[in-house]
Amino acid sequence: MTELLKVQALTKSYQHKGYWLNRKQITVLDSVSFTIEAHKTLAIIGETGSGKSTLARLLVGAEAASSGNIYLNGQELKSGSYKHRCQHIRMIFQDSGTTLNPSLTIQQLLDEPLKLNTPFSEKKRTELIRITLQKVGLLGDHMNFYPHMFSGGQKQRISLARAIILQPQVIILDEALASLDPSLRSQMINLLLDLQQQMGLAYILISHNLGIIRHFSDEIMVLSQGKVVERGNTQEIMTKPQHKTTQKLMLNQNFQLRVKNRYKS
Amino acid sequence: MNLLDIRNLSIELISNEQNILAVDKVSLSMKEGEVRGLVGESGSGKSLLAQAIVAVLDDKWHVHADRFHWRGIDLLRLSMPERKAILSRDIAMIFQEPMACLDPTTTVGEQLAEAIDSSQLSGFFWQKQQQRRAAVIKLLHKVGIKNHSACIKSYPHQLTEALCQRVMIAIALARRPILLIADEPTAAMENTNQGQIFRLLSSLNQLKNMAILLISHDLENITHWTNTITVMYSGQFVEAGTTEQIFSKAMHPYTQALVDSSPMANQHLPAKSRLMTLPGSIPILQHLPIGCRLGPRCPRAQQDCVKAPSVSNFHGHKVSCHFPLLPSPKAKKSKLQKTKSQKSHKPSRVPND
Repeated sequence: MTELLKVQALTKSYQHKGYWLNRKQITVLDSVSFTIEAHKTLAIIGETGSGKSTLARLLVGAEAASSGNIYLNGQELKSGSYKHRCQHIRMIFQDSGTTLNPSLTIQQLLDEPLKLNTPFSEKKRTELIRITLQKVGLLGDHMNFYPHMFSGGQKQRISLARAIILQPQVIILDEALASLDPSLRSQMINLLLDLQQQMGLAYILISHNLGIIRHFSDEIMVLSQGKVVERGNTQEIMTKPQHKTTQKLMLNQNFQLRVKNRYKS
Repeated sequence: MNLLDIRNLSIELISNEQNILAVDKVSLSMKEGEVRGLVGESGSGKSLLAQAIVAVLDDKWHVHADRFHWRGIDLLRLSMPERKAILSRDIAMIFQEPMACLDPTTTVGEQLAEAIDSSQLSGFFWQKQQQRRAAVIKLLHKVGIKNHSACIKSYPHQLTEALCQRVMIAIALARRPILLIADEPTAAMENTNQGQIFRLLSSLNQLKNMAILLISHDLENITHWTNTITVMYSGQFVEAGTTEQIFSKAMHPYTQALVDSSPMANQHLPAKSRLMTLPGSIPILQHLPIGCRLGPRCPRAQQDCVKAPSVSNFHGHKVSCHFPLLPSPKAKKSKLQKTKSQKSHKPSRVPND
């Protein structure tokens, strides 16, 4: 299978503000490279400050990388080329309550990316919004509602609708499942998996919850202080973590499970 | 004797148009030195219940209960100031988002010193300053902060979230409480820090025999740390029992769905398969279903479910459902046979693994 997204030696560093001689450079991401194929999910784990969110921001183009290249379908994405990028790489944030504009109806919210990126007529756009809302398990008539009329789980579905409406190829989930309640979270996981099968989406999942990662992802990448310390198949890393950081992360998960295994057996 | 014994506690929101019953007849009892988990999704009224226990709800909320005993004292008979004096002496509470709960304008040391009661200090007035400082340092050591001098001087924003939560626990410990209520102490924290906080709480529980009421929205996170669990849904009592009973022999369809929907508990499921879920979403407070509030989402719902179910007790395993998932005698037998046959098979299976 051909690779969909290819990231090569991506580096991000910030200049520390200070006096002329006192200037320091802080490297947040240090030459990160990876590839994703369609229909696959890459999970990124790491402690706080390991550069997970920075990586997500670089991929969607919210920030420019210091060096390194991102290729989508073999075509390089430059820091200015938002038009191409925002059609194919979309992002869902942690807190859907604050990322939806409260003064716009759902139709207006979903219309915005279409207006900016597609040549469709108004009628076609409305039709597309209706289909997309149905795809994420809402009703077409929900498009006249405002965000505050929905519950947390439904808002997250609207964020998902906004992400998939442009038929993207990669969706970045930055802690998108963390703030949901357990019963809604499993609904959302089912929905994401269904969409992945239907549309051939590739997901980049940033999460702390290793249970979800184990269930959801094909590959894991472990970041520590901006560097990739371990990468590989989910099953292998979960059972035999090699690096110290990974072992530490797994250990904390394991003692939460110990009780259950005892009861299960 | 029970430490805390609450029977049929209801909390009502008084408003102009319509009174909303946010918590509907919930019972909760705690023994001394017990860690009880209180599990419920958002809107289940678990935080309200905790706030009602420590009596910090304002006048908008109307709390009434059939019984509300604290260590044998009937709190309902006492006046509010008397009740608060007892509660603030014996119960402490820590909140989620520790950084937001600490005062950003004063140093951690000052906030800790404020929490220490002057009745705990002995000696003349010129000695008290020093004793207070020593007590602050001792508290910080208790919660596992070794570098106390740096911590005392810093403001909350200079500390990490896990450290802030430790400081919050230290403040809660200042009056040596008998019961600590932890309202989602590890929400939005990463795994390593979650583990640290839970380990600290369980060591406090073991060393000081302090009872802990651990509130969480996620069943899978807290099962390792609790002795008993109470589950709530949408303001109603669902199920209570020991951790093992809840986790492996859930009787209420809701608890069963919670356990089934957790990918961590179902490791045998193949990756990327569909998870079990309940259809629909959590009802909002303005539009609560009548009777059993799980009704519209429940896979076992029948006509009787429009009436609120009463609590039935199976050997200390309390469940509030008209049609609980009881292990039928036939299934029990076959299960026993299964375990027997498994046991006999086990020695031969182990080398294969």
